[in-house]
Amino acid sequence: MDKFDLVIIGGGPAGLSAARIALEAGLSVTLIDRSISLGGQLIKQTHKFFGSKAQYAKTRGIDIANILINDLDEYKDRLHILKEATVVALYKDYVITVYQFNKYFKIQAKSIIVATGASEKVLAFENNDLPGIYGAGAVQTLMNLYGVLPGKEVVMVGSGNIGLIVSYQMIQAGVKVKALLEASDHIGGYLVHASKLVRLGVPILTRTTVKKAYGKNKLEKIQTVELDEQWNYIEGTETEISCDALCISVGLTPLHQLLSMAEIDMIYVNELGGLIPKLKKNYETSMPRVFACGDVTGIEEASSAMVEGKLAGLLASKSLGFIHPEFELLEKNLVEQLNNLRQGPCGVKIRLGLEKAEVNSHD
Amino acid sequence: MIKVNGYPTKEQVKTKFPKIEKLVKPIAIIECYQEIPCNPCSTSCPVNAITIGEDINKIPKIDYDLCIGCGSCVYSCPGLCIMLVSIKEDLAIFQIPYELLPVPLTGEIWSGIDRSGHQICEANILKTLKNKQSDRTVIVTVSVPKEFLYDFSTVGCKL
Ligand SMILES: Cc1cc2nc3c(=O)[nH]c(=O)nc-3n(C[C@H](O)[C@H](O)[C@H](O)COP(=O)(O)OP(=O)(O)OC[C@H]3O[C@@H](n4cnc5c(N)ncnc54)[C@H](O)[C@@H]3O)c2cc1C
Ligand code: SF4
Ligand code: SF4
Repeated sequence: MDKFDLVIIGGGPAGLSAARIALEAGLSVTLIDRSISLGGQLIKQTHKFFGSKAQYAKTRGIDIANILINDLDEYKDRLHILKEATVVALYKDYVITVYQFNKYFKIQAKSIIVATGASEKVLAFENNDLPGIYGAGAVQTLMNLYGVLPGKEVVMVGSGNIGLIVSYQMIQAGVKVKALLEASDHIGGYLVHASKLVRLGVPILTRTTVKKAYGKNKLEKIQTVELDEQWNYIEGTETEISCDALCISVGLTPLHQLLSMAEIDMIYVNELGGLIPKLKKNYETSMPRVFACGDVTGIEEASSAMVEGKLAGLLASKSLGFIHPEFELLEKNLVEQLNNLRQGPCGVKIRLGLEKAEVNSHD
Repeated sequence: MIKVNGYPTKEQVKTKFPKIEKLVKPIAIIECYQEIPCNPCSTSCPVNAITIGEDINKIPKIDYDLCIGCGSCVYSCPGLCIMLVSIKEDLAIFQIPYELLPVPLTGEIWSGIDRSGHQICEANILKTLKNKQSDRTVIVTVSVPKEFLYDFSTVGCKL
Protein backbone atom coordinates (compact mmCIF):
# COMPACT_ATOMS: atom_id res chain seq x y z
CA MET A 1 0.00 0.00 0.00
CA ASP A 2 1.33 3.44 -0.96
CA LYS A 3 1.89 5.84 1.92
CA PHE A 4 1.53 9.60 1.57
CA ASP A 5 2.12 12.64 3.77
CA LEU A 6 -1.00 14.65 3.05
CA VAL A 7 -4.02 13.46 1.11
CA ILE A 8 -6.68 16.01 0.19
CA ILE A 9 -10.06 14.57 -0.75
CA GLY A 10 -11.94 16.97 -3.04
CA GLY A 11 -10.45 19.47 -5.49
CA GLY A 12 -12.98 22.31 -5.22
CA PRO A 13 -12.00 25.78 -4.01
CA ALA A 14 -11.41 24.46 -0.48
CA GLY A 15 -9.21 21.50 -1.49
CA LEU A 16 -7.26 23.47 -4.11
CA SER A 17 -6.53 26.27 -1.65
CA ALA A 18 -5.45 23.78 1.01
CA ALA A 19 -3.13 22.12 -1.50
CA ARG A 20 -1.42 25.37 -2.44
CA ILE A 21 -0.63 26.29 1.16
CA ALA A 22 0.57 22.79 2.09
CA LEU A 23 2.85 22.78 -0.96
CA GLU A 24 4.20 26.19 0.01
CA ALA A 25 4.93 24.75 3.44
CA GLY A 26 7.05 22.06 1.84
CA LEU A 27 4.78 19.02 2.00
CA SER A 28 4.12 16.44 -0.68
CA VAL A 29 0.44 16.48 -1.52
CA THR A 30 -1.94 13.98 -3.08
CA LEU A 31 -5.15 15.58 -4.35
CA ILE A 32 -8.02 13.28 -5.22
CA ASP A 33 -11.18 14.29 -7.07
CA ARG A 34 -13.94 12.22 -8.59
CA SER A 35 -14.54 14.59 -11.48
CA ILE A 36 -12.80 14.86 -14.83
CA SER A 37 -11.58 18.33 -13.98
CA LEU A 38 -10.62 20.05 -10.75
CA GLY A 39 -12.47 23.11 -9.49
CA GLY A 40 -15.58 21.64 -7.84
CA GLN A 41 -18.65 23.86 -8.10
CA LEU A 42 -16.59 26.69 -9.56
CA ILE A 43 -16.31 25.19 -13.03
CA LYS A 44 -20.05 25.63 -13.52
CA GLN A 45 -20.18 29.25 -12.38
CA THR A 46 -20.22 31.72 -15.23
CA HIS A 47 -21.14 34.74 -13.09
CA LYS A 48 -18.88 37.24 -11.35
CA PHE A 49 -18.31 36.43 -7.68
CA PHE A 50 -18.95 38.45 -4.54
CA GLY A 51 -16.52 38.90 -1.66
CA SER A 52 -13.39 41.02 -1.65
CA LYS A 53 -10.18 41.08 -3.64
CA ALA A 54 -8.51 38.42 -1.49
CA GLN A 55 -11.24 35.98 -2.61
CA TYR A 56 -11.13 37.06 -6.27
CA ALA A 57 -14.35 39.09 -6.13
CA LYS A 58 -15.64 40.29 -9.53
CA THR A 59 -13.92 37.34 -11.23
CA ARG A 60 -16.16 34.72 -12.83
CA GLY A 61 -16.29 31.38 -10.95
CA ILE A 62 -14.85 29.37 -13.82
CA ASP A 63 -11.90 31.77 -14.01
CA ILE A 64 -11.31 31.49 -10.25
CA ALA A 65 -11.09 27.70 -10.71
CA ASN A 66 -8.39 28.18 -13.35
CA ILE A 67 -6.45 30.59 -11.15
CA LEU A 68 -6.48 28.11 -8.25
CA ILE A 69 -5.47 25.20 -10.51
CA ASN A 70 -2.65 27.16 -12.19
CA ASP A 71 -1.43 28.26 -8.77
CA LEU A 72 -0.39 24.65 -8.14
CA ASP A 73 1.75 24.40 -11.28
CA GLU A 74 5.01 25.57 -9.80
CA TYR A 75 4.91 22.72 -7.28
CA LYS A 76 4.07 19.90 -9.65
CA ASP A 77 7.13 17.90 -8.51
CA ARG A 78 5.56 17.41 -5.11
CA LEU A 79 1.96 17.26 -6.24
CA HIS A 80 0.20 14.08 -7.19
CA ILE A 81 -3.27 14.59 -8.69
CA LEU A 82 -5.77 11.77 -9.11
CA LYS A 83 -8.77 12.72 -11.24
CA GLU A 84 -11.87 10.66 -11.96
CA ALA A 85 -10.96 8.98 -8.68
CA THR A 86 -13.68 8.59 -6.06
CA VAL A 87 -12.77 8.05 -2.45
CA VAL A 88 -15.23 5.40 -1.34
CA ALA A 89 -13.94 4.77 2.16
CA LEU A 90 -12.01 6.42 4.96
CA TYR A 91 -10.93 4.28 7.91
CA LYS A 92 -9.78 4.98 11.43
CA ASP A 93 -6.25 3.77 10.61
CA TYR A 94 -5.83 6.51 7.96
CA VAL A 95 -6.45 4.10 5.12
CA ILE A 96 -8.34 5.49 2.15
CA THR A 97 -10.00 3.36 -0.52
CA VAL A 98 -10.04 4.91 -3.97
CA TYR A 99 -12.05 3.79 -6.99
CA GLN A 100 -10.52 4.85 -10.31
CA PHE A 101 -10.84 3.47 -13.83
CA ASN A 102 -12.73 0.35 -12.71
CA LYS A 103 -10.22 -0.50 -10.01
CA TYR A 104 -10.22 -0.20 -6.25
CA PHE A 105 -6.99 0.52 -4.41
CA LYS A 106 -5.90 1.57 -0.96
CA ILE A 107 -3.53 4.26 0.17
CA GLN A 108 -2.53 5.47 3.60
CA ALA A 109 -1.94 9.04 4.69
CA LYS A 110 -0.28 10.68 7.68
CA SER A 111 -2.67 13.58 7.46
CA ILE A 112 -5.95 14.00 5.56
CA ILE A 113 -7.98 17.03 4.56
CA VAL A 114 -11.60 16.28 3.68
CA ALA A 115 -13.01 18.90 1.29
CA THR A 116 -15.79 16.95 -0.40
CA GLY A 117 -18.27 19.82 -0.61
CA ALA A 118 -22.00 19.24 -0.63
CA SER A 119 -24.88 17.55 -2.41
CA GLU A 120 -28.32 18.88 -3.25
CA LYS A 121 -31.40 18.38 -1.15
CA VAL A 122 -34.48 16.91 -2.80
CA LEU A 123 -38.12 17.90 -2.59
CA ALA A 124 -40.96 15.43 -2.18
CA PHE A 125 -44.09 15.91 -4.30
CA GLU A 126 -46.26 13.77 -6.54
CA ASN A 127 -44.49 12.63 -9.73
CA ASN A 128 -41.19 14.24 -8.80
CA ASP A 129 -39.42 11.52 -10.78
CA LEU A 130 -40.75 12.61 -14.19
CA PRO A 131 -38.07 13.32 -16.79
CA GLY A 132 -37.62 17.07 -17.01
CA ILE A 133 -37.37 17.55 -13.25
CA TYR A 134 -33.80 18.39 -12.30
CA GLY A 135 -31.71 19.60 -9.42
CA ALA A 136 -30.11 22.99 -10.05
CA GLY A 137 -26.67 21.36 -10.12
CA ALA A 138 -27.70 19.02 -12.92
CA VAL A 139 -29.06 21.92 -14.95
CA GLN A 140 -25.78 23.77 -14.52
CA THR A 141 -23.74 20.74 -15.50
CA LEU A 142 -25.85 20.13 -18.60
CA MET A 143 -25.87 23.73 -19.66
CA ASN A 144 -22.50 25.12 -18.66
CA LEU A 145 -20.31 22.04 -19.07
CA TYR A 146 -21.99 20.23 -21.94
CA GLY A 147 -23.90 23.00 -23.72
CA VAL A 148 -27.27 21.22 -23.46
CA LEU A 149 -30.44 23.14 -22.58
CA PRO A 150 -32.56 21.61 -19.81
CA GLY A 151 -35.79 22.59 -21.59
CA LYS A 152 -37.56 25.47 -23.29
CA GLU A 153 -39.80 26.70 -20.50
CA VAL A 154 -38.80 26.15 -16.93
CA VAL A 155 -39.99 26.85 -13.42
CA MET A 156 -37.44 27.20 -10.63
CA VAL A 157 -38.16 26.17 -7.04
CA GLY A 158 -36.12 27.98 -4.39
CA SER A 159 -34.91 31.60 -4.19
CA GLY A 160 -31.58 31.06 -2.49
CA ASN A 161 -28.52 32.32 -4.34
CA ILE A 162 -28.26 29.11 -6.33
CA GLY A 163 -31.88 29.24 -7.50
CA LEU A 164 -31.48 32.89 -8.46
CA ILE A 165 -28.14 32.46 -10.22
CA VAL A 166 -29.08 29.30 -12.12
CA SER A 167 -32.30 31.02 -13.28
CA TYR A 168 -30.23 33.92 -14.59
CA GLN A 169 -27.85 31.53 -16.35
CA MET A 170 -30.81 29.76 -17.97
CA ILE A 171 -32.07 33.11 -19.31
CA GLN A 172 -28.59 33.78 -20.65
CA ALA A 173 -28.73 30.43 -22.41
CA GLY A 174 -32.06 31.32 -24.02
CA VAL A 175 -34.45 29.37 -21.76
CA LYS A 176 -37.70 31.01 -20.68
CA VAL A 177 -37.93 31.05 -16.89
CA LYS A 178 -41.68 31.21 -16.28
CA ALA A 179 -41.65 31.67 -12.52
CA LEU A 180 -39.56 31.24 -9.42
CA LEU A 181 -41.33 29.69 -6.44
CA GLU A 182 -40.28 30.29 -2.84
CA ALA A 183 -41.94 28.65 0.16
CA SER A 184 -40.92 31.28 2.67
CA ASP A 185 -42.37 34.79 2.82
CA HIS A 186 -39.25 36.43 1.43
CA ILE A 187 -36.43 35.94 -1.06
CA GLY A 188 -33.61 33.85 0.41
CA GLY A 189 -30.65 34.91 -1.72
CA TYR A 190 -29.04 38.27 -2.40
CA LEU A 191 -31.54 40.89 -3.55
CA VAL A 192 -29.25 42.10 -6.34
CA HIS A 193 -29.48 38.62 -7.89
CA ALA A 194 -33.27 38.65 -7.50
CA SER A 195 -33.60 42.10 -9.06
CA LYS A 196 -31.64 40.95 -12.11
CA LEU A 197 -34.27 38.26 -12.71
CA VAL A 198 -37.32 40.37 -11.97
CA ARG A 199 -36.35 43.06 -14.46
CA LEU A 200 -35.96 40.33 -17.06
CA GLY A 201 -39.58 39.42 -16.44
CA VAL A 202 -39.39 36.47 -14.04
CA PRO A 203 -42.11 36.66 -11.38
CA ILE A 204 -40.96 35.59 -7.91
CA LEU A 205 -43.84 33.93 -6.10
CA THR A 206 -43.21 33.80 -2.35
CA ARG A 207 -45.20 31.51 -0.02
CA THR A 208 -45.69 29.18 -2.97
CA THR A 209 -44.45 25.70 -3.75
CA VAL A 210 -44.91 22.89 -6.23
CA LYS A 211 -47.58 20.36 -5.25
CA LYS A 212 -47.71 18.03 -8.18
CA ALA A 213 -46.13 17.38 -11.56
CA TYR A 214 -48.03 16.16 -14.62
CA GLY A 215 -46.88 14.52 -17.81
CA LYS A 216 -47.12 11.29 -19.75
CA ASN A 217 -43.54 10.41 -20.50
CA LYS A 218 -42.01 13.69 -19.46
CA LEU A 219 -42.93 16.83 -17.60
CA GLU A 220 -45.75 18.83 -19.21
CA LYS A 221 -47.02 21.05 -16.40
CA ILE A 222 -46.90 21.55 -12.66
CA GLN A 223 -49.44 22.46 -10.04
CA THR A 224 -48.39 25.12 -7.57
CA VAL A 225 -50.02 25.88 -4.24
CA GLU A 226 -49.76 28.75 -1.79
CA LEU A 227 -48.52 28.13 1.74
CA ASP A 228 -49.59 29.54 5.10
CA GLU A 229 -47.22 30.71 7.83
CA GLN A 230 -46.64 27.11 8.96
CA TRP A 231 -45.88 26.11 5.36
CA ASN A 232 -49.16 24.13 5.07
CA TYR A 233 -50.97 24.05 1.74
CA ILE A 234 -53.79 26.60 1.48
CA GLU A 235 -56.52 24.55 -0.20
CA GLY A 236 -58.12 26.20 -3.20
CA THR A 237 -55.03 28.20 -4.19
CA GLU A 238 -53.76 25.59 -6.66
CA THR A 239 -52.66 26.97 -10.04
CA GLU A 240 -51.16 25.26 -13.05
CA ILE A 241 -48.10 26.33 -15.01
CA SER A 242 -47.12 24.58 -18.22
CA CYS A 243 -43.40 23.87 -18.50
CA ASP A 244 -41.08 21.20 -19.88
CA ALA A 245 -38.51 21.53 -17.11
CA LEU A 246 -38.65 22.08 -13.38
CA CYS A 247 -35.50 22.95 -11.53
CA ILE A 248 -35.24 22.23 -7.79
CA SER A 249 -32.92 24.33 -5.70
CA VAL A 250 -33.94 23.90 -2.09
CA GLY A 251 -30.54 23.86 -0.47
CA LEU A 252 -27.41 21.80 -0.10
CA THR A 253 -26.28 19.35 2.52
CA PRO A 254 -22.64 18.57 3.43
CA LEU A 255 -21.16 15.39 1.93
CA HIS A 256 -20.27 14.01 5.35
CA GLN A 257 -20.27 10.28 4.54
CA LEU A 258 -16.51 9.71 4.61
CA LEU A 259 -16.17 11.51 7.92
CA SER A 260 -19.09 9.58 9.41
CA MET A 261 -17.60 6.32 8.19
CA ALA A 262 -14.36 6.98 10.07
CA GLU A 263 -16.53 7.49 13.17
CA ILE A 264 -15.45 11.08 13.52
CA ASP A 265 -17.57 13.08 16.01
CA MET A 266 -20.39 14.69 14.04
CA ILE A 267 -23.20 17.07 14.90
CA TYR A 268 -26.43 17.95 13.10
CA VAL A 269 -26.57 21.70 12.58
CA ASN A 270 -29.64 22.93 10.74
CA GLU A 271 -28.15 26.37 10.02
CA LEU A 272 -25.25 24.74 8.15
CA GLY A 273 -27.31 22.30 6.11
CA GLY A 274 -27.01 19.00 7.98
CA LEU A 275 -24.47 16.67 9.53
CA ILE A 276 -21.02 18.23 9.93
CA PRO A 277 -17.86 17.31 11.84
CA LYS A 278 -17.21 18.88 15.22
CA LEU A 279 -14.11 20.97 14.67
CA LYS A 280 -11.42 22.51 16.80
CA LYS A 281 -10.41 26.09 15.96
CA ASN A 282 -7.64 24.61 13.83
CA TYR A 283 -10.11 22.72 11.61
CA GLU A 284 -9.06 19.38 13.08
CA THR A 285 -11.77 16.76 13.50
CA SER A 286 -11.91 14.31 16.39
CA MET A 287 -9.51 12.08 14.45
CA PRO A 288 -6.02 13.51 14.96
CA ARG A 289 -4.47 15.05 11.80
CA VAL A 290 -7.74 14.72 9.88
CA PHE A 291 -9.01 18.16 8.91
CA ALA A 292 -12.13 19.36 7.12
CA CYS A 293 -12.91 22.59 5.28
CA GLY A 294 -15.32 24.13 2.80
CA ASP A 295 -18.96 23.17 2.32
CA VAL A 296 -18.47 19.78 4.01
CA THR A 297 -18.13 21.69 7.30
CA GLY A 298 -21.30 23.68 6.61
CA ILE A 299 -22.87 25.20 3.51
CA GLU A 300 -21.38 28.59 2.82
CA GLU A 301 -19.65 30.22 -0.14
CA ALA A 302 -16.62 29.65 -2.33
CA SER A 303 -15.08 32.75 -0.79
CA SER A 304 -15.10 31.25 2.69
CA ALA A 305 -14.28 27.76 1.35
CA MET A 306 -11.02 29.12 -0.13
CA VAL A 307 -10.04 30.84 3.11
CA GLU A 308 -10.95 27.79 5.21
CA GLY A 309 -8.98 25.62 2.79
CA LYS A 310 -5.88 27.77 3.23
CA LEU A 311 -6.24 27.58 7.01
CA ALA A 312 -6.70 23.82 6.94
CA GLY A 313 -3.63 23.51 4.68
CA LEU A 314 -1.63 25.64 7.05
CA LEU A 315 -2.62 23.67 10.12
CA ALA A 316 -2.40 20.23 8.53
CA SER A 317 1.16 21.06 7.46
CA LYS A 318 1.96 22.13 10.99
CA SER A 319 0.58 18.87 12.36
CA LEU A 320 3.23 17.07 10.29
CA GLY A 321 6.01 19.40 11.40
CA PHE A 322 6.04 21.58 8.27
CA ILE A 323 5.64 25.15 9.45
CA HIS A 324 4.75 27.55 6.63
CA PRO A 325 7.37 30.34 6.40
CA GLU A 326 4.65 32.94 6.95
CA PHE A 327 2.57 30.89 9.34
CA GLU A 328 1.67 33.54 11.90
CA LEU A 329 0.95 36.33 9.45
CA LEU A 330 -1.13 34.07 7.24
CA GLU A 331 -3.12 32.57 10.09
CA LYS A 332 -4.01 35.98 11.47
CA ASN A 333 -4.93 37.36 8.06
CA LEU A 334 -7.05 34.35 7.09
CA VAL A 335 -8.99 34.37 10.36
CA GLU A 336 -9.66 38.08 9.82
CA GLN A 337 -10.88 37.42 6.27
CA LEU A 338 -13.32 34.79 7.51
CA ASN A 339 -14.65 37.05 10.26
CA ASN A 340 -15.06 39.84 7.75
CA LEU A 341 -17.00 37.66 5.31
CA ARG A 342 -19.30 36.41 8.05
CA GLN A 343 -19.87 39.46 10.19
CA GLY A 344 -22.85 40.94 8.31
CA PRO A 345 -26.55 40.04 8.50
CA CYS A 346 -26.08 37.36 5.81
CA GLY A 347 -23.62 35.63 8.14
CA VAL A 348 -25.94 35.37 11.16
CA LYS A 349 -27.00 31.79 10.46
CA ILE A 350 -23.45 30.72 9.71
CA ARG A 351 -22.08 32.25 12.90
CA LEU A 352 -24.81 30.57 14.95
CA GLY A 353 -24.16 27.22 13.28
CA LEU A 354 -20.40 27.36 13.59
CA GLU A 355 -20.66 28.05 17.31
CA LYS A 356 -22.57 24.80 17.69
CA ALA A 357 -19.97 22.78 15.82
CA GLU A 358 -16.87 24.24 17.40
CA VAL A 359 -15.17 22.42 20.27
CA ASN A 360 -12.18 23.45 22.35
CA SER A 361 -10.72 19.99 22.38
CA HIS A 362 -11.67 16.50 21.29
CA ASP A 363 -11.98 14.19 24.33
CA MET B 1 -41.34 45.15 -0.97
CA ILE B 2 -37.98 44.26 -2.43
CA LYS B 3 -37.48 41.32 -0.01
CA VAL B 4 -40.72 39.79 -1.31
CA ASN B 5 -41.03 40.74 -4.98
CA GLY B 6 -37.41 41.50 -5.82
CA TYR B 7 -37.72 45.15 -6.85
CA PRO B 8 -37.52 48.43 -4.97
CA THR B 9 -40.22 51.08 -4.74
CA LYS B 10 -39.78 54.36 -6.60
CA GLU B 11 -39.13 56.05 -3.25
CA GLN B 12 -36.29 53.62 -2.56
CA VAL B 13 -34.89 54.18 -6.03
CA LYS B 14 -34.91 57.96 -5.52
CA THR B 15 -32.79 57.62 -2.38
CA LYS B 16 -29.99 56.30 -4.60
CA PHE B 17 -30.08 59.30 -6.97
CA PRO B 18 -28.37 62.67 -6.45
CA LYS B 19 -30.17 65.96 -6.94
CA ILE B 20 -31.19 66.26 -10.58
CA GLU B 21 -28.82 69.24 -11.11
CA LYS B 22 -25.89 66.90 -10.57
CA LEU B 23 -26.84 64.73 -13.53
CA VAL B 24 -25.30 67.07 -16.08
CA LYS B 25 -22.59 64.46 -16.45
CA PRO B 26 -22.73 60.65 -16.01
CA ILE B 27 -22.86 59.62 -12.36
CA ALA B 28 -22.93 56.14 -10.86
CA ILE B 29 -26.26 55.13 -9.32
CA ILE B 30 -25.70 52.22 -6.95
CA GLU B 31 -28.78 50.14 -6.24
CA CYS B 32 -27.44 47.93 -3.51
CA TYR B 33 -30.13 47.74 -0.83
CA GLN B 34 -28.89 44.90 1.36
CA GLU B 35 -25.82 44.24 3.46
CA ILE B 36 -23.91 41.47 1.71
CA PRO B 37 -20.23 40.49 1.91
CA CYS B 38 -19.07 42.28 -1.23
CA ASN B 39 -16.94 45.29 -2.16
CA PRO B 40 -15.58 45.29 -5.75
CA CYS B 41 -17.51 48.50 -6.58
CA SER B 42 -15.49 50.32 -4.00
CA THR B 43 -12.10 48.74 -4.71
CA SER B 44 -12.47 49.26 -8.47
CA CYS B 45 -13.16 53.00 -8.30
CA PRO B 46 -10.06 54.93 -9.39
CA VAL B 47 -11.01 58.06 -7.46
CA ASN B 48 -12.32 56.44 -4.28
CA ALA B 49 -15.80 57.83 -4.77
CA ILE B 50 -17.40 54.68 -3.30
CA THR B 51 -16.90 53.82 0.34
CA ILE B 52 -17.71 50.52 2.05
CA GLY B 53 -15.00 50.39 4.68
CA GLU B 54 -13.35 47.64 6.68
CA ASP B 55 -16.56 45.66 7.09
CA ILE B 56 -17.27 44.54 3.53
CA ASN B 57 -20.90 43.85 4.46
CA LYS B 58 -21.74 47.54 4.71
CA ILE B 59 -23.85 49.18 2.01
CA PRO B 60 -21.74 51.19 -0.48
CA LYS B 61 -21.93 54.98 -0.20
CA ILE B 62 -21.04 57.18 -3.11
CA ASP B 63 -19.78 60.74 -3.14
CA TYR B 64 -21.45 62.11 -6.28
CA ASP B 65 -19.01 65.01 -6.42
CA LEU B 66 -16.03 62.72 -6.73
CA CYS B 67 -17.49 60.37 -9.37
CA ILE B 68 -15.97 60.97 -12.82
CA GLY B 69 -18.33 58.56 -14.58
CA CYS B 70 -15.57 56.19 -15.71
CA GLY B 71 -17.83 53.11 -15.57
CA SER B 72 -15.37 50.85 -13.77
CA CYS B 73 -17.82 50.08 -10.97
CA VAL B 74 -20.58 49.31 -13.50
CA TYR B 75 -18.87 46.21 -14.87
CA SER B 76 -17.09 45.30 -11.61
CA CYS B 77 -20.32 44.88 -9.64
CA PRO B 78 -21.24 41.17 -9.60
CA GLY B 79 -24.81 42.17 -8.75
CA LEU B 80 -25.14 44.20 -11.97
CA CYS B 81 -26.81 46.85 -9.84
CA ILE B 82 -24.84 49.94 -10.85
CA MET B 83 -25.53 52.17 -13.83
CA LEU B 84 -24.35 55.57 -14.99
CA VAL B 85 -27.02 58.19 -15.45
CA SER B 86 -27.05 61.69 -16.90
CA ILE B 87 -29.61 64.07 -18.37
CA LYS B 88 -29.27 65.83 -21.70
CA GLU B 89 -32.16 68.10 -22.55
CA ASP B 90 -35.28 65.89 -22.72
CA LEU B 91 -33.40 62.64 -22.49
CA ALA B 92 -32.13 60.51 -19.69
CA ILE B 93 -28.96 58.71 -20.74
CA PHE B 94 -28.10 55.42 -19.10
CA GLN B 95 -25.05 53.20 -19.27
CA ILE B 96 -26.16 49.76 -18.13
CA PRO B 97 -24.36 46.44 -17.67
CA TYR B 98 -25.70 43.82 -20.08
CA GLU B 99 -24.93 40.08 -20.22
CA LEU B 100 -27.44 38.65 -22.70
CA LEU B 101 -27.39 37.83 -26.39
CA PRO B 102 -27.93 39.34 -28.86
CA VAL B 103 -26.04 42.46 -27.88
CA PRO B 104 -27.91 45.61 -28.97
CA LEU B 105 -26.36 47.55 -31.85
CA THR B 106 -25.87 51.28 -32.15
CA GLY B 107 -28.86 52.91 -33.80
CA GLU B 108 -31.36 50.22 -32.92
CA ILE B 109 -34.49 50.87 -30.91
CA TRP B 110 -35.17 48.45 -28.07
CA SER B 111 -37.91 48.21 -25.49
CA GLY B 112 -37.17 50.03 -22.23
CA ILE B 113 -37.96 47.94 -19.17
CA ASP B 114 -38.65 49.00 -15.58
CA ARG B 115 -37.47 47.27 -12.41
CA SER B 116 -40.52 45.00 -12.26
CA GLY B 117 -39.92 43.73 -15.79
CA HIS B 118 -42.58 45.75 -17.59
CA GLN B 119 -42.07 47.55 -20.86
CA ILE B 120 -42.39 51.30 -20.31
CA CYS B 121 -40.84 53.11 -23.27
CA GLU B 122 -38.61 52.98 -26.28
CA ALA B 123 -34.88 53.07 -25.75
CA ASN B 124 -32.40 54.31 -28.35
CA ILE B 125 -29.17 52.37 -28.39
CA LEU B 126 -26.36 54.92 -28.59
CA LYS B 127 -23.28 52.80 -28.03
CA THR B 128 -22.03 49.46 -26.74
CA LEU B 129 -18.70 48.88 -25.13
CA LYS B 130 -16.84 45.72 -24.25
CA ASN B 131 -13.20 45.49 -23.30
CA LYS B 132 -10.78 43.32 -21.38
CA GLN B 133 -11.53 44.90 -18.02
CA SER B 134 -15.28 44.57 -18.45
CA ASP B 135 -14.71 40.80 -18.73
CA ARG B 136 -17.56 39.87 -21.08
CA THR B 137 -20.04 42.29 -19.50
CA VAL B 138 -21.19 44.75 -22.15
CA ILE B 139 -21.88 48.36 -21.22
CA VAL B 140 -24.83 49.60 -23.27
CA THR B 141 -25.49 53.33 -23.56
CA VAL B 142 -29.16 54.13 -24.19
CA SER B 143 -31.36 57.19 -24.10
CA VAL B 144 -34.99 57.27 -22.97
CA PRO B 145 -37.41 60.16 -22.40
CA LYS B 146 -36.45 62.06 -19.23
CA GLU B 147 -39.74 61.23 -17.52
CA PHE B 148 -38.52 57.64 -17.10
CA LEU B 149 -35.44 58.68 -15.13
CA TYR B 150 -36.48 56.76 -12.02
CA ASP B 151 -38.20 53.89 -13.86
CA PHE B 152 -35.90 52.67 -16.61
CA SER B 153 -33.69 49.76 -15.62
CA THR B 154 -32.72 47.74 -18.70
CA VAL B 155 -33.50 46.98 -22.33
CA GLY B 156 -35.73 44.05 -23.27
CA CYS B 157 -35.72 43.26 -26.98
CA LYS B 158 -35.29 44.94 -30.34
CA LEU B 159 -38.45 46.71 -31.53
C1 LIG C 1 -25.17 28.02 -8.69
C2 LIG C 1 -24.15 28.32 -7.65
C3 LIG C 1 -23.69 29.62 -7.54
C4 LIG C 1 -22.73 29.95 -6.58
N1 LIG C 1 -22.31 31.24 -6.52
C5 LIG C 1 -21.34 31.59 -5.62
C6 LIG C 1 -20.84 32.92 -5.57
O1 LIG C 1 -21.25 33.81 -6.33
N2 LIG C 1 -19.89 33.21 -4.66
C7 LIG C 1 -19.40 32.26 -3.83
O2 LIG C 1 -18.50 32.58 -3.03
N3 LIG C 1 -19.87 31.00 -3.84
C8 LIG C 1 -20.83 30.64 -4.72
N4 LIG C 1 -21.31 29.35 -4.74
C9 LIG C 1 -20.90 28.41 -3.69
C10 LIG C 1 -19.61 27.72 -3.96
O3 LIG C 1 -19.59 27.18 -5.27
C11 LIG C 1 -19.39 26.62 -2.94
O4 LIG C 1 -19.60 27.13 -1.65
C12 LIG C 1 -17.97 26.11 -3.02
O5 LIG C 1 -17.75 25.53 -4.29
C13 LIG C 1 -17.65 25.08 -1.94
O6 LIG C 1 -16.33 24.65 -2.13
P1 LIG C 1 -15.82 23.22 -1.65
O7 LIG C 1 -14.42 23.12 -2.13
O8 LIG C 1 -16.10 23.06 -0.23
O9 LIG C 1 -16.75 22.15 -2.39
P2 LIG C 1 -17.02 21.84 -3.94
O10 LIG C 1 -16.79 23.01 -4.80
O11 LIG C 1 -18.34 21.20 -3.98
O12 LIG C 1 -15.90 20.77 -4.30
C14 LIG C 1 -15.89 19.48 -3.75
C15 LIG C 1 -15.09 18.58 -4.65
O13 LIG C 1 -14.96 17.33 -4.00
C16 LIG C 1 -15.11 16.29 -4.93
N5 LIG C 1 -15.56 15.09 -4.20
C17 LIG C 1 -16.67 14.97 -3.42
N6 LIG C 1 -16.73 13.74 -2.88
C18 LIG C 1 -15.65 13.07 -3.33
C19 LIG C 1 -15.16 11.76 -3.12
N7 LIG C 1 -15.79 10.88 -2.34
N8 LIG C 1 -14.02 11.39 -3.75
C20 LIG C 1 -13.36 12.28 -4.55
N9 LIG C 1 -13.77 13.52 -4.77
C21 LIG C 1 -14.90 13.93 -4.15
C22 LIG C 1 -16.11 16.82 -5.93
O14 LIG C 1 -15.97 16.21 -7.18
C23 LIG C 1 -15.74 18.31 -5.98
O15 LIG C 1 -14.82 18.60 -7.01
C24 LIG C 1 -22.25 28.96 -5.70
C25 LIG C 1 -22.70 27.65 -5.81
C26 LIG C 1 -23.62 27.31 -6.79
C27 LIG C 1 -24.09 25.89 -6.91
S1 SF4 D 1 -18.17 55.55 -12.36
FE1 SF4 D 1 -15.97 55.44 -11.98
S2 SF4 D 1 -15.58 57.24 -10.73
FE2 SF4 D 1 -17.77 56.93 -10.66
S3 SF4 D 1 -18.08 55.73 -8.84
FE3 SF4 D 1 -17.92 54.28 -10.53
S4 SF4 D 1 -15.77 53.72 -10.55
FE4 SF4 D 1 -15.91 55.57 -9.32
S1 SF4 E 1 -20.13 45.50 -5.99
FE1 SF4 E 1 -22.32 45.70 -6.41
S2 SF4 E 1 -23.30 44.13 -5.17
FE2 SF4 E 1 -21.20 44.38 -4.39
S3 SF4 E 1 -21.41 45.86 -2.72
FE3 SF4 E 1 -20.89 47.02 -4.56
S4 SF4 E 1 -22.87 47.62 -5.40
FE4 SF4 E 1 -23.29 46.00 -3.94
